[in-house]
Formats: sequence, C-alpha cells, structure tokens
Amino acid sequence: MMGDLVWILVSAMLVNNFTLALFLGLCPFMGVSARVATALRMGAANIFVLVITSMTAWVLNTFVLGAAPYLRLISFIVVIASLVQIVEIAIKKISPTLFRELGIFLPLITTNCAILGLAIFQTNRGYGFLEGLFFAVGAGLGLTLALVLMASIREQTELATVPSLAKGMGLVLIIAGSLSLAFMGFAGLFSS
Amino acid sequence: MRATTPTYDLTRGFWRENPVLVQLLGLCPALAVTNTVANSLAMGLATFFVLVGSSLLVSTLKNLIPHEVRISAYILIIATFVTVADLVLAAVVPDIHKALGAFIALIVVNCMILGRQEAFASKRPVGRALLDAIGTGAGFTVALLMMGGIREILGYGTFLGRPLLGASYEPWIVMILPPGGFFTLGFILLGFGWWESRRQQRSVVRDWPHGVGSTTRRTA
Repeated sequence: MMGDLVWILVSAMLVNNFTLALFLGLCPFMGVSARVATALRMGAANIFVLVITSMTAWVLNTFVLGAAPYLRLISFIVVIASLVQIVEIAIKKISPTLFRELGIFLPLITTNCAILGLAIFQTNRGYGFLEGLFFAVGAGLGLTLALVLMASIREQTELATVPSLAKGMGLVLIIAGSLSLAFMGFAGLFSS
Repeated sequence: MRATTPTYDLTRGFWRENPVLVQLLGLCPALAVTNTVANSLAMGLATFFVLVGSSLLVSTLKNLIPHEVRISAYILIIATFVTVADLVLAAVVPDIHKALGAFIALIVVNCMILGRQEAFASKRPVGRALLDAIGTGAGFTVALLMMGGIREILGYGTFLGRPLLGASYEPWIVMILPPGGFFTLGFILLGFGWWESRRQQRSVVRDWPHGVGSTTRRTA
C-alpha cells in the first residue's frame, strides 16, 4: 500500500511531470519563470491549490456526481474556483504573511489547466482519497521543480549573448524542449 | 473600442493575431495532442465548435449577464459546449476520443476561448462575434494542423496514416514524444521571427528616402 502511494508521488513528479510531459500549466511555466524566487512561490501556491482540488474532486466524485456524471466538468470548475476564493479569504484573515507570499498567484492558478487536469486524471484513474492526496503533492512538486529549473536557466541566458532572433519565446520553448528531453530519462525508473 | 470592418474581424484571428503562433494562447492542447494530423484535426474542430458556440451565446446574452459574475457565466457556457463536444466525439470517433483523453475536457481552460469572450463577444453584435470566432477558431485549427503535420511526417514518416517518406526513412521518434512538441513550436516561432525581421528590412529599403540614416544595409 505504502509502496503504491510512493509510486504515485514519484510518477506524478518525475516520469509524468505535469509541465514537461503532459503540457499542463504552461501559462505560469512561460509567464513567471524569469526569476527563481518567484518560481518558488508560484510552486508553493500550486501545491496548495492542487491539494485542495484533489480533496474537493474526491468529495464531489464520491458523494455528489454518482447520479449525474455528465455534470462533472461544470461542477468541478465552479466548486474548485469558489473554494479557492474562500480559502484565499480565510488565509488573508488568519495569516497575512502567508497571503503575501502566495498573494496574487492564487486566483490565477484556479484557471490553470493543471488544476482541472489533476481533477480529471484523478477521476479517470479512480484514485481514492489518500492516493489523490499523494498524486496532488507529487504533481505540485513536479510543477515546482520544472518552474525552478526553467527560471535558473533563464536567469543564466540573460547574461549570455543570444542571437537577437532567438530572444523571446522561441528560445524559451527550445529550452523547455531540452528539459523535457532530460525528463524523458526518468521513464526508465520503473521498468517492471 | 476602435471600429473595424467585418473582413478585418474575420481575418484578424486567422493570421495577424493567430492565437497559437502570435499570441501564444492555448499552448496546452497545441503541444499535447499534435503528435498526429488526425488528432490535431479533431482537437482543432472541437475547439472551433466550442469557440463559435460560446461566442454566439455570450454575444446574445451580453445584456443579461451581470458584469460582476461575467467570467463565471462565460466559463459555465464554455463548459456546457465542451461537454457537448466531448459526448459527440465519444459517439462519432471513439478511437480519437480515447487518444485525446483528458485534453478534450481541458478545452474549458483554454485561455484563448475565454479571452475572445471577454475581449470581443461580450462587447459586439452577434454577427461580428460569429465572424471573429470563425476566424480565430480557423487560425487555431490551422496552427494545430501545421504542428501535427510536421510532427507526424518527421516522427512517423506518414501523413494521416499513409506512408509518405518510404520504408528507408528512419523516424525521428523524439518528434512524437513531448520534447518534439516544444521543439516544433520553438522552431516555428524562430522561423516566423526571422521572416518578420526580413520583411522589416525590405520595407526600410523600399521606403528609401526615409530609410536614409538607418543602420539597415541595402540587401537587394
């Protein structure tokens, strides 16, 4: 049982990395990966929202959606977006420091495809509550890892002499491709 | 908002402001499902349908939707059309539906669709919103087909499943794997950038009297 959970975590983090293998959450990956400090905060906020999402999706799937599966997409979106708003208000009240750290990222993350993607994958694979939690944490750690790696490379490219043509998204995409290529190597971790 | 002609509304999204190649919106499906032409086509058409349907409905209901909850209302409308597209694809082309998997549901969070509702359909008459949706949707589909074509030809040596490059061709497996998506789009963008800078140099040369004193060399 424990082994399965660890497998889910490592697999979501490295082998099926959300950003580099499944292309989920590309907007923050391109948008806020210019500085390592920002990337770390974005990653933390992501892990936070992913865990909330996983729990919400489990509750909806188990208690509500059995009778009306065709409403799944609509209810996921509405319930997750509202819940993140509520949690945001609560954090603002309880811990202003944490709110400043996660800050503006929370509402942005809600419309990120990684969030809805996690809820849908979790449903399709039939994960239970605990499995879902490990899946969410693994996916969040994977997103953070990809963001931080990308940010550190981009900080270096600012000092390098890049051809004027490649300044901008073209270069970022090619760096992302190389990172993705490196992550393909993790597929060999589980050869059973 | 600046007045525009109907032709401009229709063609803008197709080329000048192409959602994928120029605005870099909707990258998630553009990279994830473009490993074959058939998948790209199905994804492009599904997104086209959702965009046109939501633009029509949002534009029709724009005076009834309260300003404060407009984004949630748009998302609900989009999610409804995505559910329809999902069920139709599952019934008509089950194989492709299986290959696209969760990415059909993820059309909901394609920022290009929400962007068109907020920036255009909610402010314009129904006819113009329809033209804009058709142009943008077609631009998105063409960009996906471009990616899918390059990746399938290089990655499998086939086009729409038919052998194209002969038996002696050694497929570039990497093109159909995730890194291939990043590389293909990256090189397309670099190519566009190169083409654009050449065009600007030429226009400097053409408007010669005004180009005097610019650092551009006369190349022609």
